[in-house]
Amino acid sequence: MVRGADIVVRSLIAENAEFIFGYPGGAIMPVYDALYDYSDQIKHVLTRHEQGAIHAAQGYARVSGNVGVVLATSGPGATNLITGLADAQIDSTPLVCITGQVAAHLLGSDAFQETDVIGLSMPGTKWNIQVRRVEDIAPAIAKAFFIAKTGRPGPVLVDITKNAQVEFGEFLYQPCLGIRSFRPYVTINPTAIAAAAQLINDAKRPYVLYGQGVILANAEEELKRFLDKSGIPAASTLLGSGALSQDHPSYVGKLGMHGNYAPNLLTNQCDVLIAIGMRFDDRVTGDLKRYAKQAQVVHLELDPSEIDKNVKCAVPVLGDCKTSLPLLTDAVNSNTHHEWFQKFRELDKEEKAAVMSYDLESTHGGLHMGEVIQLINQFKDENAILVTDVGQHQMISWRYFHYKESRTQVTSGGLGTMGFALPAALGAQLHDFKRQVICVVGDGGIQMTIQEFGTIMQTKAPVKVVLLNNNYLGMVRQWQQLFFDKRYSFTELENPDFVKIAEAYKLKAVKVTERHELKEAVAQMILHEGPFFLEVVVEKEDNVFPMIATGCSVEEVRLS
Amino acid sequence: MNRYTILVYTENFIGILNRITIIFTRRGINIDALTASESRLDGIHKITIEVTVTDEQIIQLSKQIEKVVDVIKVYYFMDDEVVYQEIALYKIPIESLDPSLEKVIRQFNAHIIAAEKEFVVLEFTGHKEDTQALLEILKPFNLLEFSRSGRVAIAKPKFSITDYLNNKT
Ligand SMILES: Cc1ncc(C[n+]2csc(CCOP(=O)(O)OP(=O)(O)O)c2C)c(N)n1
Ligand SMILES: [Mg+2]
Repeated sequence: MVRGADIVVRSLIAENAEFIFGYPGGAIMPVYDALYDYSDQIKHVLTRHEQGAIHAAQGYARVSGNVGVVLATSGPGATNLITGLADAQIDSTPLVCITGQVAAHLLGSDAFQETDVIGLSMPGTKWNIQVRRVEDIAPAIAKAFFIAKTGRPGPVLVDITKNAQVEFGEFLYQPCLGIRSFRPYVTINPTAIAAAAQLINDAKRPYVLYGQGVILANAEEELKRFLDKSGIPAASTLLGSGALSQDHPSYVGKLGMHGNYAPNLLTNQCDVLIAIGMRFDDRVTGDLKRYAKQAQVVHLELDPSEIDKNVKCAVPVLGDCKTSLPLLTDAVNSNTHHEWFQKFRELDKEEKAAVMSYDLESTHGGLHMGEVIQLINQFKDENAILVTDVGQHQMISWRYFHYKESRTQVTSGGLGTMGFALPAALGAQLHDFKRQVICVVGDGGIQMTIQEFGTIMQTKAPVKVVLLNNNYLGMVRQWQQLFFDKRYSFTELENPDFVKIAEAYKLKAVKVTERHELKEAVAQMILHEGPFFLEVVVEKEDNVFPMIATGCSVEEVRLS
Repeated sequence: MNRYTILVYTENFIGILNRITIIFTRRGINIDALTASESRLDGIHKITIEVTVTDEQIIQLSKQIEKVVDVIKVYYFMDDEVVYQEIALYKIPIESLDPSLEKVIRQFNAHIIAAEKEFVVLEFTGHKEDTQALLEILKPFNLLEFSRSGRVAIAKPKFSITDYLNNKT
């Protein structure tokens, strides 16, 4: 017989969990006590805030493909997880969060640090459960892992009352192999494949949009083969970036509010739109009423509720795209679409002239964010991971980072959570100390989770933190400039000496204000062995373009 | 907008009803009526939800409900595809019991299911329109209390949750 707390830890070990990101407190103390005995089998990372723990677990999960594990106490510990749960839910990140809860006999009595975690976390989890008896712990954790990673991944929460943690029970771990009410994989319908192939073979201007679904399905190779054969131009969503190397001849750019000019504009000129593992987020589609109305849509998607949710499709191909893509590849004709590609290239020239030359090639005036990313591209490894926060720097980093491999993009896409990057980068780095992890943050967002410098210090994770400092909540300021008559209402920041803060946490820190210092500083950062903080002071009032303003159609994408 | 009956078969799992209702709340959709009970099968619950929505909304709603891990299967039907009933109870002061009320009771084929010193309780089962009609008639009789259940329904089209669970469909 072992204590419930030991069962918790042993269950996590049985699921091959490598890391636990967590923070202790009263209601989870028995589990922390048990952890003391297993530190050779599972590593616990003590963050400085539970939000940091869950974002770190997200970063870890996104780059590793494994389930991220989080541990927190009841009450405030659990409520601090909510942002991360909502983030992981909308970005389909597999997590298992374990929270302590007051003893079962106190439930509902407003006991100290009692909060209704099940109720609070319900909309932000794929599944959650409260465990009140020791014998239910292992089955609940087994089910939690299964649900988190099976089908469309997502966050799961297991709330364990304190009595269950201290009671004694048998440890007999049985992994969950199936749940009768949960059948996320369907067999691919051959008629749908045939119908999709027919549309594609007859198309003059077919167009592929791929999203994170390709990465979650591990179908990068299948996507590549489909594009190799069909010769169709392909554009990426924010979270899809990396699923296809940007060097691939089919790659034409990025979609969405601040994506590339041609891929957005030409969405309304294709005749067949093939959406693969993407969900037609409003940041991708702009005004739905004027989105790809001329096109027949083929949607390869695992989640039935995404079919026809935002965009009506002519042919739904329901199921795992790792299976459906090869079937479709077999059924389509070999083709090249030279003239159609040419249209993309021509519009690319306009974007280059109107936007990129300013962003990347300026020789005087303040530094631009794009220049920093361009230099990072020069020095980074092929498989370097880019983690970004939310704001202008996020969009600029994404626009200019050269994605060559899968799982190199970590950002808060669906929720847009400021404060995500620093802890997420830490989690991503812990997965592999040898991979370069570059964390790009804004001066606003970094201050939302800046305490995680402490965790970087303690773990010695060699994260490269690049602060693009414009002394503004830049993205909001941009909107104020464009849509609110330049009324900069509460977006200017008086900032601390970031270098001193980083140094206080024992990070090597450098600040750059001049163009001629930048290259050397970026090189120094990349070559540095340990954690590094680089602050780059950039132009205060730069804007991110191209842009599809709210309510506009994809063809109204503007260059200035 | 159409009136639909959604039949949801679920595992008997704490919180499942909450998981289902927040799908409606989040979309600002009002649930007209809801009943939950055990189904014919051990351990499987059946939730019947009545809702007035558009064709597109009902498709989205049913997909979202079916996405809930502990939901086994969701079906939805238009009114003419289900056999359904609602039960209503009416509390009337004893003084109101006069020949005209007796006539109403007989007409509607309602039942007196409880008689106390000060009041009687009438029971009447039918569609909402029917129970509503009786309500309107009883109001002038100093009706004290009224209570109506959600819809209980059986679908006309043939389907079997057992076959579904055994992978036969
Ligand atoms: C938690 C949270 N609060 C508010 C916002 C709204 N928001 C989006 S971008 C942004 C500004 C970010 O400023 P900064 O971190 O300096 O990045 P910049 O845009 O300047 O690059 C704000 C406030 C958000 N996304 N997340
Ligand atoms: Mg800023």
